[in-house]
Amino acid sequence: MLQRIFGLILKELLALFRDKRSRFVVIGPPLIQLIIFGYAATFDVNRIAYASYDEENSGASRELLARFEGSQVFRLRGRIHSDGELAKAIDRKEVLLVLHIGRNFSRDLFASPPARLQVIVDGRNSNTAGILLGYVSQIVADFNASWLPLHGIKPPPAVLQPRAWFNPNLESRWFIVPGLLATLTLVVSIMTVGLSVAREREAGTLDQLLVTPMSPSEIVLGKVIPGFLVAMGEVTLIFLAAILWFRIPFVGDLLALYVGLAFYSLATIGVGLIISSVSMTQQQALLGSFFFLSPAIVLSGFSTPIRNMPEVVQWLTLLNPLRFALVVTRRVFLEGAGFAEVWPQFIPMALIAAGSLFGAWWVFRRRVG
Amino acid sequence: MSFDPMRLRALWRKEWIQIRRDPASIGIGVVLPALLLLIFGYGISLDALHLPIGVVVEKPNPLTASFVAGLEQSRYFAPHSYGSIGVAEDAMRRRKVEAILWLWSDFTRRGLREGNAPLSLIVNGVDANTARLMEGYFQGVWSQWLEWEAKTSGQPILTPVAVESRIWFNPALESRHYLAPGVIVINMTLVGALLTALVIAREWERGTMEALLSTPVSVAEILWSKIGPYFVLGMGGMVISVVMAVGLFGAPLVGSPWVLFLAAALFLLSSLGMGLLISTVFRSTFLASMVAVVATFLPAFILSGFIFDIGSMPGPIRLFTYLLAARYFVALLQTIFLAGNVWSVILPNLAALSLMAALFLGIAWKVSRRSLE
Repeated sequence: MLQRIFGLILKELLALFRDKRSRFVVIGPPLIQLIIFGYAATFDVNRIAYASYDEENSGASRELLARFEGSQVFRLRGRIHSDGELAKAIDRKEVLLVLHIGRNFSRDLFASPPARLQVIVDGRNSNTAGILLGYVSQIVADFNASWLPLHGIKPPPAVLQPRAWFNPNLESRWFIVPGLLATLTLVVSIMTVGLSVAREREAGTLDQLLVTPMSPSEIVLGKVIPGFLVAMGEVTLIFLAAILWFRIPFVGDLLALYVGLAFYSLATIGVGLIISSVSMTQQQALLGSFFFLSPAIVLSGFSTPIRNMPEVVQWLTLLNPLRFALVVTRRVFLEGAGFAEVWPQFIPMALIAAGSLFGAWWVFRRRVG
Repeated sequence: MSFDPMRLRALWRKEWIQIRRDPASIGIGVVLPALLLLIFGYGISLDALHLPIGVVVEKPNPLTASFVAGLEQSRYFAPHSYGSIGVAEDAMRRRKVEAILWLWSDFTRRGLREGNAPLSLIVNGVDANTARLMEGYFQGVWSQWLEWEAKTSGQPILTPVAVESRIWFNPALESRHYLAPGVIVINMTLVGALLTALVIAREWERGTMEALLSTPVSVAEILWSKIGPYFVLGMGGMVISVVMAVGLFGAPLVGSPWVLFLAAALFLLSSLGMGLLISTVFRSTFLASMVAVVATFLPAFILSGFIFDIGSMPGPIRLFTYLLAARYFVALLQTIFLAGNVWSVILPNLAALSLMAALFLGIAWKVSRRSLE
């Protein structure tokens, strides 16, 4: 029996890697996605185009505006002299924000503070708008802190000292790339395992397999093991790229990462096999994969926090293996976690793996029997 | 090249019957778009509210109490009290809180006498985006408190300059208002490129393309027969998406729906061109679908400005986005939905989309004619 399964594994791997085009599919798209996601999928906001609209043009107003000109994140695109120009600049997306200083700025500053700095922001992308408003407050707070002592006023009772753990410069790449380790593995195993049975069915080779002495469980195992090997190979490839190419710090326990991702791969292979054995054609299998992948990726915490989702949707994410794998990869990569911290994530993944693999075996037996 | 309207009609009928009979076409054309819109509309939100924050007050007194009260009133934070910094740090490691506010024991003493007492905010930086939003929100709560505190204690106002923000087009900064219209670009890519690529590759795989070619129909008729029905299907999906975005998720449609339809039609034509091209070049369902996903679906998601800001991407990637039709369509969608008919944004983007549509349809036309003849 072992020999038969070994033969099947060999056949499956050969089928996947001998054809130039299908070899490309296993290696090409994940790497392309890694590069696109790693570089482009960033919530960091920099090079913010802005314009200044200084109606007063006094020493104080220029001093405040100079702080923005000197900042790394802001790029001055021009000066504005009327409300009409202001509306135009924002409407046309020439700038993302306008800093408006009114005529009474200096008077208010000295006689009846606070003076107002009006910030007009393009809210078409609300996330960008929220982040750049944070940057504006930061710069104004710095200005205030240095203005007070210079003018002989007692400084505020306290100063804010923000500090970030695990990711001191708050780079979103550190968040996205370890997440990709789990996400891309999901995409590859669903796409390869998910289509494999359907492809054999379409090509007629499934019938050939069934007339051999192999039992349905052996055939299922012959699909699971190669899928597992491919998934772990993919994990290693992306892991190396994350560390060597993107220079993401890895401070945790490598073994804990691999054990966690092994449970996870089994869970994804189980789901892929269910899709595959339910579908009659490759096209249906592909559609099924899409139906699983899009919600699984969006509702996993990969790009947006689960905490922000409605409560019902949050419960739904408990069925999603990616949710747990993301916690494992990020905590091990950035927080330096080991088995002690991440083992609670293993249990749901193992349960999903057991459930989906059993389900796949059951569906397969009924479908071919 | 012969072109017979009767034959074209017959081909269109054949195509429609195939669409109706195939659950996959209905799935990709109708069910998947609706599902995606529901997920994006209800499931995801970038608006962080009620963030759990640990508060450690080493020596409680009126000053610290008023600050913590200010924090409690903010809708962005849900404060939890901890007795010591050690306990709070432990809670952060266990993900009970996302940030810690630490008021040292000499906060009030130093603060009242000489000022500038340190107020530590420790955030969990793993999710950089949330962390940054959180710092911004905290800054807001902090400066409001300073102003209020100075006012009530009769001291000179401690904030020389205050920020007054005006957010245009989306005053409440609801991410749903820009995500829901953005999903339209994804949906139309699905129908235009993925479905078309699948359907034509399937005809090659099954050999029915050969069968078609041996009939009197011309190459032009075959191509039109593929473009026509899927164009109708794609525009149908687009109408459903717009109705859902406006009706269900309350996205305002400020601009003209006609301009929106024109933009959508042009985008759909360019994605149909891509779909035709991919299927003719690859001719296998598996490969065509993989390539369609990598070449059209993913870029529409990531590189179009739908979620991630194009201006902040590295230079080469920013240049690359100019080659993507999705980029122009997203700019149009966001402007037409939220800002209105801003012609100086609409016209150049429409022009770029027309160019893209002409280019991809042209290449697809040329390549498929060569491979069909």
